[in-house]
Amino acid sequence: MLLLLLAIILAMGGVMLLNKAYTPEYGLDLAGGTTVTLQPITPNGNAPSQESLDLAVNIIRERVNGSGISDAEVAKSGDNIVISVPGAGQEEVVKLVGTTAELRFRQVLAIGPGSPPPPGQLSTEAPTPAPSPASTESGRKGSKEPKPAESATPKPDATAAPDTGASPAGRALSSALTNPSPGATSAPSAEPSGDKPAKPAKPDASAAPKTDAVPTVPPTAADDPMAGVDPAGIDPEVLKQFQALDCAKDAGRGAQDAPDKQYVGCSQEGDTKFVLEKAAVTGTSIDSASAGVDQTTGEWLVQLSFKGQGPDQWSKVTTTAFNSQAPRNQVAMVLDGVIISAPVIQEPITGGRAQISGSFTQVTADELANQLKYGALPLKFEKSSIEEVSSTLGADQLRGGLIAGAIGLLLVVIYSMLYYRGLGVVSVLSLLVATILTYQSVVLLGAFAGFRLSLPHVIGLIVSIGITADSFIVYFERIRDEMKEGRRSLRTAIEVAWVRARRTILIADAVMFIAAVVLYFLAVGGVAGFAFAMGLTTLIDIAVVFMFTKPFVAMLAKMKFFAKGHKLSGLDAERMSETTVAPKTLPQEA
Amino acid sequence: MSGIARRLYRGEIDVDFVGRQKLWYSLSAVLLLVSIAGLVVNGLNLGVEFKGGSVFSFKAPTANIEQVRATFAEAGAHQVIAQTTQNGWRVTTESLPAEQVTAVQKAVATEFKMPPAQVNLQVIGASWGGQVANKAIIGLIVFMLAIILYLTLAFEWKMALAAVVALLHDLVITAGVYAWSNFEVTPATLLGFLTILGYSLYDAVVVFDMIKEVTAKLGTTSKLTYTEAANNALNHTLIRSLNTTLVAILPVAAILFIGTTLFGAGTLKDLSLALFVGMLVGTYSSLCVATPLLVTLKEREPRYQALARRIASHGGSSGIKTVRQPVTASAAGGAGPAAGKRKKK
Repeated sequence: MLLLLLAIILAMGGVMLLNKAYTPEYGLDLAGGTTVTLQPITPNGNAPSQESLDLAVNIIRERVNGSGISDAEVAKSGDNIVISVPGAGQEEVVKLVGTTAELRFRQVLAIGPGSPPPPGQLSTEAPTPAPSPASTESGRKGSKEPKPAESATPKPDATAAPDTGASPAGRALSSALTNPSPGATSAPSAEPSGDKPAKPAKPDASAAPKTDAVPTVPPTAADDPMAGVDPAGIDPEVLKQFQALDCAKDAGRGAQDAPDKQYVGCSQEGDTKFVLEKAAVTGTSIDSASAGVDQTTGEWLVQLSFKGQGPDQWSKVTTTAFNSQAPRNQVAMVLDGVIISAPVIQEPITGGRAQISGSFTQVTADELANQLKYGALPLKFEKSSIEEVSSTLGADQLRGGLIAGAIGLLLVVIYSMLYYRGLGVVSVLSLLVATILTYQSVVLLGAFAGFRLSLPHVIGLIVSIGITADSFIVYFERIRDEMKEGRRSLRTAIEVAWVRARRTILIADAVMFIAAVVLYFLAVGGVAGFAFAMGLTTLIDIAVVFMFTKPFVAMLAKMKFFAKGHKLSGLDAERMSETTVAPKTLPQEA
Repeated sequence: MSGIARRLYRGEIDVDFVGRQKLWYSLSAVLLLVSIAGLVVNGLNLGVEFKGGSVFSFKAPTANIEQVRATFAEAGAHQVIAQTTQNGWRVTTESLPAEQVTAVQKAVATEFKMPPAQVNLQVIGASWGGQVANKAIIGLIVFMLAIILYLTLAFEWKMALAAVVALLHDLVITAGVYAWSNFEVTPATLLGFLTILGYSLYDAVVVFDMIKEVTAKLGTTSKLTYTEAANNALNHTLIRSLNTTLVAILPVAAILFIGTTLFGAGTLKDLSLALFVGMLVGTYSSLCVATPLLVTLKEREPRYQALARRIASHGGSSGIKTVRQPVTASAAGGAGPAAGKRKKK
């Protein structure tokens, strides 16, 4: 156990050395940071409503806090929103703020596999996305291309049920008004398909219900990533970007997509890349979005409706898409530069309402509905100022806290040496081990998880080290009880006491841990960060008691100094009071 | 003095915690009333982070942070957070009324030699308001339910109830201290409250674990009532409770001392006061509130009522010969109903 603990400490130290991370990352109060002021822009120049500002604050807070331990602050300032991020350079903050982009709908112009295929793998169907984890989940045909082709065939019961495939590209969009069920969506879409073959855009679509070939595009060399991409209407610059894009390396997350330009991006899973047309509809035109269950098929779907100019724009883009051949019959939804969904258009949707269906689960349907609803911030913002700010507290407070903490711990050490004599050494060493583990964890979490140490954290950690000491006290008192009670040998007493103390320690630590977990997941902002630190120290407490204190005491028990009950060992018979009389034990039950 | 220390060390001390429950209940009731009165009458002095405030920005390249803080304090601002930025100073204060804003602007202008118009004012909203506070409260409620569930499984519901009541007791009294002392409630304070939450429960759990172990031995033929057994268990863990409190509170006391004497105002003081008070109250409540409450609940159970009756009629004499009975001796002064029932020999 002791060796294992040593190995853990050394391993953590090793990681720290490798990453050159020796000091924790500090929070806003200790290290300062960068403050960005966002100014809302309303179409009519009026002041934005307080509700929309509050909503924006909440969305931004969720975004900048990420896992909840970065200690960022978001506040309203008049009609502006002020975001303060600890320690980060300007670039990083601007990026974070950049992700406040709104949702946009864009027609798909071309599709390619997210990453270049490994050498040797043939990809005759270049427009078909590389097999993705999502498509295995669907358990359906790997190729997504046949689907649009199929839905164009006039079969009312078309296998074109719009759920062929789980990746964003595999979903189908239809009008909610006319098509309440995905099963039925193929029927109306079959109606207009009657005149489809006449359309020049899709000369051979109806002739291609086959699943194994993409008729529109002649197969080209396997290693040509541009195979199957029809460059017509695509800006050559954009085409070059598309060629260069590797979703495995750069998912494009957080990028701003300019609405008036064509855009190249990746799907959320990173398995597909897209060239997209200029934005047709923006998120602000979405009136509502909700997840629901189809009454007839029981499948999850997302319903959305548009407002303002939305219905018109939406009808235009769906008509264009519908009249185009695959893959241009898809409309992509872009949020934060990432294509979150790209359903196939089953028919021109004119009513301003639509539904997206296709292998959703409740979770994914809710997620998409929320992205549609809130992804677009209720307001548009302009970065009005970015400035670096110094810490709110200054170094003196941290220094004071550390000095005070050190004094306090020193008092603890003196007290336990006086009280527990020899055993005091164990508690002091245990505290030392706990301190080392805590420091290492905080540094590593700062380096890898964005944990930011603020002054309340520092104090909390100091206090929790004090609470850690309680574990030893519980154990030591148990050992003394056992010694007093049963005239047992020291080594037996240590084992028996351990079994009883262990239970107490675990129950008490479980309480702390429950507190930490609940608060971490339910609270936001600084509270979540603090709860995180609390949970961390509880785990460290258990680790120290199990892996250090207990084995160490057992080891000491083999030494003469303790086993014989030397006066200074803290276990001497005289100080335990007369061992023959057990003053505090309860009467044995008859 | 060494006598008490020695007895404490050997675990020979015995205090009739449970028997004096009326005393503790009255004491706690008074503390709670005073605290609630404080919360109602004075209210909490909420910080800028909760209420929002005023932000002054100005350029004063030569000024240092102490000068800036002092200038604002003299002009009547109480909560001053001074920061430097690339564009000069950024000072956040509580929401100031118009005339005080002018006073601050004038003071800054005079002190750092600039026209008052160059001291810009913005109003800032609460960074910890609304949603953050609401979520924290929801978190607390869920937490309490989770703890009740957990302690019910680990112990029993009566212990869970007693522990949570003691916890609320601690939180209200700590909040009361803030109300009366007018110390600022900042996010740091809130985090201090959360620490108390864990600490208070932790302490109660250790005590209850011992009570559970000791009272598990009580059978129909035992010579102790539940009250006496629980009191024994308490005295048994007394030394642990005191040691633990001392060890945990020493660093906090040091931080409080340094925070108050050296820094005057700030996070250190705000946080450590909450912890200091909370820990003291937490130790008190696990000994004098949680346990008596538990005993009151348990003594209503028929089996312990029967036990108490039987022991009362027998006088409980048989136990005293072999083992020194701390409870018997001290119960004479105790006013607890269960202890009082017991006849003295």
